[in-house]
Amino acid sequence: MPEQTFIVNGERVTVDVEDDVRVLWVLRDLLGITGPKYGCGINVCKACTSHINGKAFNPCAVPVGQLGADDEVTTIEGLPDQVEPAQRGDNGLHPMQEAWLERDVAQCGYCQPGQIMAAVALVNKVAASGGQITDADLDTIRNICRCGTYTRIREAIRDGASRM
Amino acid sequence: MTPSNDPSCDPAAGAQAALSPYAVDRRRFVGYVLGGATLVAAADLVLVDPPPAGAEIPTLPQVPELYDLNDMLTDAARPTANLITVTINEDGTASFELPRMEVGQGITTSTAMLIAEELDLPVDRVRVTLAPARPELLFNQLTGGSNTTISTYTPIRVAAAVARKALLDAAAIVLGDTVGGLVAKAGVITAPGGASVTYGELAVRAGSGGTRAVEVELKSERDFAVIGQPTNRVDALAAVTGSKDFTTDLDVPDALPTMVCRAPTLNGTPVSVRNQAAVEAMPGVTHVAQVSTGVAVRARTYGQCIDAVRALDVVWKDGPVAGESDATILKKLRAAQLPMPKLPNTPLAQTVSGDFTFYFRSNSAMDTNSAIADVRPDGATIWSGLKSPIVAQQQIALKLGMSPDKVKVNVVTAGGSFGRRLFFDAALEAAEISQKMAAPVRLMWHRADDARVGRGHPMGTCRVQATVLGNNVLAFNQSLTCVETDFRHGLGEIITAAAADLPAGVGNLGFAQTIFALTQEVPYDFGAVVQTLVETDDRFNTGSMRNIYSPDVRVASELVVDRLAAKMRMDPYQFRRKFQRNERLLAVLDTVAQAGEWGRPMPAGTAQGIAIHKEYKGVSACLVEIDTRPATTGRQIRNAVTGPRVTRVTFAIDVGLAINPRGLEAQMQGGINDGIALALTSSLHLRDGHFLEASWDNYFYTRQWNTPPDVRVIVMPSEETVPGGAGEAGVAASFAAVACAYARATGTMPTSFPINHAQLSFEPKPFVPPVPQSPTDGLELTS
Repeated sequence: MPEQTFIVNGERVTVDVEDDVRVLWVLRDLLGITGPKYGCGINVCKACTSHINGKAFNPCAVPVGQLGADDEVTTIEGLPDQVEPAQRGDNGLHPMQEAWLERDVAQCGYCQPGQIMAAVALVNKVAASGGQITDADLDTIRNICRCGTYTRIREAIRDGASRM
Repeated sequence: MTPSNDPSCDPAAGAQAALSPYAVDRRRFVGYVLGGATLVAAADLVLVDPPPAGAEIPTLPQVPELYDLNDMLTDAARPTANLITVTINEDGTASFELPRMEVGQGITTSTAMLIAEELDLPVDRVRVTLAPARPELLFNQLTGGSNTTISTYTPIRVAAAVARKALLDAAAIVLGDTVGGLVAKAGVITAPGGASVTYGELAVRAGSGGTRAVEVELKSERDFAVIGQPTNRVDALAAVTGSKDFTTDLDVPDALPTMVCRAPTLNGTPVSVRNQAAVEAMPGVTHVAQVSTGVAVRARTYGQCIDAVRALDVVWKDGPVAGESDATILKKLRAAQLPMPKLPNTPLAQTVSGDFTFYFRSNSAMDTNSAIADVRPDGATIWSGLKSPIVAQQQIALKLGMSPDKVKVNVVTAGGSFGRRLFFDAALEAAEISQKMAAPVRLMWHRADDARVGRGHPMGTCRVQATVLGNNVLAFNQSLTCVETDFRHGLGEIITAAAADLPAGVGNLGFAQTIFALTQEVPYDFGAVVQTLVETDDRFNTGSMRNIYSPDVRVASELVVDRLAAKMRMDPYQFRRKFQRNERLLAVLDTVAQAGEWGRPMPAGTAQGIAIHKEYKGVSACLVEIDTRPATTGRQIRNAVTGPRVTRVTFAIDVGLAINPRGLEAQMQGGINDGIALALTSSLHLRDGHFLEASWDNYFYTRQWNTPPDVRVIVMPSEETVPGGAGEAGVAASFAAVACAYARATGTMPTSFPINHAQLSFEPKPFVPPVPQSPTDGLELTS
């Protein structure tokens, strides 16, 4: 069985698994990293949204064999470490997670790790182009929430952006 | 003490009214201090008021005004409500196993608040977990009908108050003072001289001395310091850090990923597998087993399960709806409709009518049906998200050929329910698979299965006729005809479940008629009101979807109400005011009209819509604004449905005593998005014996590009001193208001829902193989 080596949440890992197994299953079923959730397996619900080299991606749509030894995967579990300790909030978390807590966004919570990872990437993208988060930006988020927490997600992203 | 800083949710507002000679008595209860390692306190409700004398179900119209579904569920839970206990631990925390299911509705938080209130302990030191199946609770372990808080509000507080009393008794001995001189606050009991002892230090002593009965008095609403305060969820930190565990996240040794290959027609069954050995030899695959619902595969990863499911070559027997489509089912529904009464249509007395079709809808949650099962020859252990765990345990035991006490059923927090988890399809299936494979399994339904095979809201028609004479409504008749709603979970245990499963649907029909009669009413003064239900077809996988019958019934009613208003040349809001007979409804109606600026000038192609609803001991009103102009409906988003956009929502709810206004607001926000989905975008299309929708790019639940940018939820101050239900209360008025707004914006009353159902907005995915392969281009789509 081939060996797959990549970096996840700051640690280099090596896993014995076939090349075509999608990264989501390597994370969840083999490494026990369960923050990224399964919601569709075809990159439409976005519940597994994580980051690769700082950009949002969906591990359900990436065969693990496509990852290189230096590719850095960040899941919700590793998000707080993406900012300096001084930037972390009262709970020691990333500013976007802190905004999520303050706004009490989650209901069932299943999609929320993906929502937060997508939100961070969106804010970074908008900030890189020198803009502020607008309703039009929020409308582009594809992460589905069947509890319908969209109203608080929108409030929390604006709040989180101001803290980042 | 002011219970809340927020005047809009001051639960003491109505306290004066409750000061009857019985006000104190109604707060006095007997409970038990139970022997244990530490203090365990139980509630007993012997002193609680008996069920109201009107508890028999009257056959009059407007039954819910006298006795509603929540009264039935609460009465059913009453005899065993004392079998719940609060435990004080040596670390100073209190713990409680809630015999209900948390699916996102926030009951672990509101329950922690109730305990914190009576115990004088901070909310974050109350640990609420979910109880496993407890058959001795009989009817008292069903999570449904938005009934949790209504039925547990008093018993949980009594158990906590008993614990507090036992702690005070123990502290009096330790501190050498009388109980009357002690003050309990934040988990510490202090004597007048300043000496103090913590709950944790008292936990063992307070629990010693064996079982004894004690009398307690619950706090007055006026003294509430926790109840009524907007409070963040107790599981929020776990949710935002990814550490909140759902069924498939649990670490159960050797419970490997498992999926099922299903038939191309709904509920088709496997005959034989042509390539079992070849699939067993695929990478990662450990087992392939034919079971009653399909062919199960167990593998090292779910990715390898998907590969194996796609590779299986199975001979299938068609399911019972092979060949059926929306059109054939609609024809059967039309044939089953009862004749509507003949109403006059003369120049004097005119009849206004409406005839509406509601297509199948899915209650698939984000967390698909899943269960872990470890079945051994001498017993079984199950983990799953279950709202009726007792009947699940009993049915699984039957399936496995074991006695129920050999089947341990653990209840796991689920990622949404929307009614789906009233049943235990995955738990039953996982148990069968584990027994057949003789190995622990971690069963997860693929999204395609969850969408196509999972339970949903049945299709139905709803006809309304109203007779108008001058400026009065003389009669209002409403007849709902639908594919059966499955209530075979009974009241959560096997006796009533068996009653619901009597042959030919007779039992289920009785349940359906009862639930319909106990929930439906027309909240207006419309003369002679008759509402009827006919259910026809038991071949589909259905169940209670969030708010059961009410969304469709209210939409049909409120659209006809707008027609009646037009007939009388009245403004829709003023018409609703004029015919309103309930003060609480009038208040929410006026509140949304004012806060939502009813009647403000709107451009052509945009409009407001207003609607009301009454259920779960509460009342609600919703005012929406919708934009149906071409520039909006024509906006293009990849793999999405755009269409009309609801731009603004003002929603008011009087739920009675709001335990947690912040959680209540969240439930209304979710209900609003459900209502928008039901009105505009979300349905299942039945074609040739199967539902076409296989994922979230086919089933168009509300998304960010559909959700209103402006949402305001108003929690009303209430005269009530007891809580109502929250989880489903936001759907009906929202759905109806969106439908009414759409009719006003376009000038055409919609008659089938969702409004986009006639147009198939996606390319259906294949049925063989039954699940789609995961894509491989994710690295090209980073953002």
